[in-house]
Amino acid sequence: MKKFYDLHLQVPSDFGLVERMVKKAAWLGYTGVGVPLPHNVSDATVFRLRQLCMDSRIDLVTRIDLAPKSANELLSQLRRCRRRFEIIAVSCLCKAVARQAAKDRRVDLISFPALNFRNRYFDDAEAELASSALASLEIDMSMFLSATSFERIHLLANLRRETTIANKFSVPVVISSGAKTESLMRKPQDFAALAYLFDMPAASALRAVSENPLSILTRNRTKLHSSFVAPGIRIIKREKDP
Amino acid sequence: MKTMKRRYLAIKIDIAQEIEEKELKNEVWNAIERLFGEYGASKTGFVLISYDTAKNYAILRCTSSMLEAFRASLASLTEISGKPAVIHVLGVSGTLKSLKRKFPPN
Repeated sequence: MKKFYDLHLQVPSDFGLVERMVKKAAWLGYTGVGVPLPHNVSDATVFRLRQLCMDSRIDLVTRIDLAPKSANELLSQLRRCRRRFEIIAVSCLCKAVARQAAKDRRVDLISFPALNFRNRYFDDAEAELASSALASLEIDMSMFLSATSFERIHLLANLRRETTIANKFSVPVVISSGAKTESLMRKPQDFAALAYLFDMPAASALRAVSENPLSILTRNRTKLHSSFVAPGIRIIKREKDP
Repeated sequence: MKTMKRRYLAIKIDIAQEIEEKELKNEVWNAIERLFGEYGASKTGFVLISYDTAKNYAILRCTSSMLEAFRASLASLTEISGKPAVIHVLGVSGTLKSLKRKFPPN
């Protein structure tokens, strides 16, 4: 059976609503949800969230959303956060940040401002960098669902162009809800169906809600595990010095 | 003449208030028309087979070739007659009999 992940559930600070959203995600058929957390999040909050998710038999994925104004700011934020969160997503507000995020192997997801179409820098060069650094393109479906007529038309045109480029350079695409409320949550198959609107083949769309997020997560969890030393090297057994 | 393949969809409507069958039908037609225009809407062959108001459960029919487009239209819906609503597709089947067996109303 396929495992579905929604890597972007924008849960509010109200734990009552969080519980409802997590339960809803479980009902919709998700195996795990990614929750963006502030960089100074306390262990107690993460523990409480994890407990909430465990009650609904959902896997909690800790994530941080970075929106740096410059490439240097991104680098310093990455140094601080990489070891603390399972997923690092960068919202690219300018071209320099977009290029740096695409070539940095510590970045998992790159996203672009929803309705600021001039600032969507996902072109051939960006895709080539992202492809070699294993970064994925994230598409938040909440922006499509909440967009109105003309915005929606422009957004679809941009998403169609970006997914075509991503496909050309083998950049994985991750479709997530980006939901702030329950009304913006949909079943993974429904999100895959919505991807039909920007000409994504059905198989790729399903991969974007299942295999692609899962592969990022597996890779990062391996790296964050205490036994990890370097790619291909891990500690199997620890012994005391004689 | 070649018969057109059809698909049946069981849906659950997530809405706080009760809605009438006509409202649901109109809103689905509007959603299809918004995304695919009149030409696309004519190809979907949408029919509302049954609607259980109490359980917010409905069975819809569309043509097999337009299934993805039809699902996309349903997923794009955010309100019905001005009331916030979401349509979740519980399952799709080729026959009404198997759909009712696999995805009964809860």
